[in-house]
Amino acid sequence: MGKYLAKRLGQSLLILLGVTVVTFLLLFLLPADPARQIAGRSASAATVESVRQQLGLHLPLWEQYLRYLGKLLQGDLGRSFVQRTEVGELVWSRLPATLLLMAGAIGFELLIGVPAGIVAAMRRGKPTDNAVMIASLVGVSAPQFVVGILLLYVFAVQLEWFPIGGYGTFAHLVLPAMTLGILGGGWYGRMTRSSMVDVLRQDYIRTARAKGAAEQRIVLVHALRNAFLPLLAMIGIDIGLFMSGAVVVESVFGWPGIGQLAWQAIQQVDIPIIMGVTLVSAVFIVAGNLLADLLAPLVDPRIRLR
Amino acid sequence: MSEELCKFLKNRVAVAGLVVIVLMTLAAALAPALAPYPPDEQFFEGLTLEGAPLPPNATFWLGTDQLGRDLLSRLLYGARTSLVIGVLANGVAVLLGTFLGVTAGYIQGWVGTAIMRFTDLMTAFPALILAIALAAIFQPSLWIVAMVIAMVNWVQIARVVYTETVALAEREYIEACRALGANWPRVLFRHILPHLVPTMLVYATLGIATTVLLEATLSFLGIGVRPPEASWGNIIYENQTYFASAPWLVFIPGAAILLLALAFNLVGDGLRDALDPTQRGRE
Repeated sequence: MGKYLAKRLGQSLLILLGVTVVTFLLLFLLPADPARQIAGRSASAATVESVRQQLGLHLPLWEQYLRYLGKLLQGDLGRSFVQRTEVGELVWSRLPATLLLMAGAIGFELLIGVPAGIVAAMRRGKPTDNAVMIASLVGVSAPQFVVGILLLYVFAVQLEWFPIGGYGTFAHLVLPAMTLGILGGGWYGRMTRSSMVDVLRQDYIRTARAKGAAEQRIVLVHALRNAFLPLLAMIGIDIGLFMSGAVVVESVFGWPGIGQLAWQAIQQVDIPIIMGVTLVSAVFIVAGNLLADLLAPLVDPRIRLR
Repeated sequence: MSEELCKFLKNRVAVAGLVVIVLMTLAAALAPALAPYPPDEQFFEGLTLEGAPLPPNATFWLGTDQLGRDLLSRLLYGARTSLVIGVLANGVAVLLGTFLGVTAGYIQGWVGTAIMRFTDLMTAFPALILAIALAAIFQPSLWIVAMVIAMVNWVQIARVVYTETVALAEREYIEACRALGANWPRVLFRHILPHLVPTMLVYATLGIATTVLLEATLSFLGIGVRPPEASWGNIIYENQTYFASAPWLVFIPGAAILLLALAFNLVGDGLRDALDPTQRGRE
């Protein structure tokens, strides 16, 4: 276990190092001169030059990268061009809102996807199965911003069940979390169905049936537990979908998380913030994948760690 | 191929998807002839006296937008944007992904390892956020948006193709080919690539759905296709503030995006069922 843990941690750290190289190069590719951006449009050439010296932009590329990496390790994500604050602080202060939204979305995902997948697997090949599968494809094909605006229109504007947007109470969370959960719900439905179909075919299920266990118990206790495994591996992919989705959903609902931060940064071409969000979401995805790998053997002792 | 074609044609939902794709492609291609008005013309009578957009009516079948332009005409031209970017971006992604996947899988060694580690690295970025970062750096035009999407979407194809190539390269018939004196280009082009075509076809179709959604999302966020050039995403971007009073301006283009993405997903699924050799003989 210890050896495996060390190996997977090492791999994850290497990927994160690669991630920092990519974000650094993207910042470097920037057509606009960061020194000019920070000094302001009216600054004199001398001021711009001194900012450039301060930022170390005159150094060779590899040295700039090392300085960039060194700052990252101290939690310094650079300074915003527009807001004149530390990117790290901005991201940090907005992270809780996004995490709350993600937790809500996971709830909706499981609530929509798992039952749909179970029902489809039990009625395999029948009209119910086909209907569920088409519905899940609709969920996957629906643009999130349209789903978000639709939910707002129906439940906030017409029915007035929920607030139109904002942050603070449980009622504020429902619509954005549902919007974010529908896409993943579609994927979970398909995944649950295919893994349930595989599990229901296995010998131990036949044994359970032969022993006269109730169908409900077979499906919910015997099969579901094993069918859940492939879903666990989705955590990393899920976080990726959430991070992308958060930008859209938070901008539609005015949810003050890092997605909205990124969206505001897009409007103002504030590249350091965009890179900061990119970096943080990559860290989350790598951590999610690591977590999925480490949890798998706890849920299923048959999986041996290599 | 005919067996697979039969199987595909029996899948009614997939055929329905294909019909939608054909109709939308025709509408996009014939947009100049079909559109009742020029897409950029602002009509004085296209707005109410208070300056609000008009709901669907006899003159403007799907209503007008916030600038008094005909929504139907903009939708038809927007279909061109979606399809051009969908096919172009995804075509580049499939070619790039296949090239890298085959190279890594066939050559292996340190070149293969390097390519696949780079692929792993790319999967650590959320697709939309990476696309946003790229689009924010390169001032977007239609072509740049297509390339940005291609740069994000090749990763999954590369992984699948790599796995399949590795499996194929170990098969005995490949060894037999080599023993018979076939050189590597012959083995690669005659005996490996043809087996990858079904996979490429499935991913080419499914990928267009992803691409259409990504383009619409980027345009909705204001960093995709720039107005006045019409795209379904930027129609919604421009009009979203009116969603409560003029919902058709959001939901009609929204339905178009959903329908096109769904159609490509249905056809891609149908193709996978019809072509996938691992599914054959099962049930």
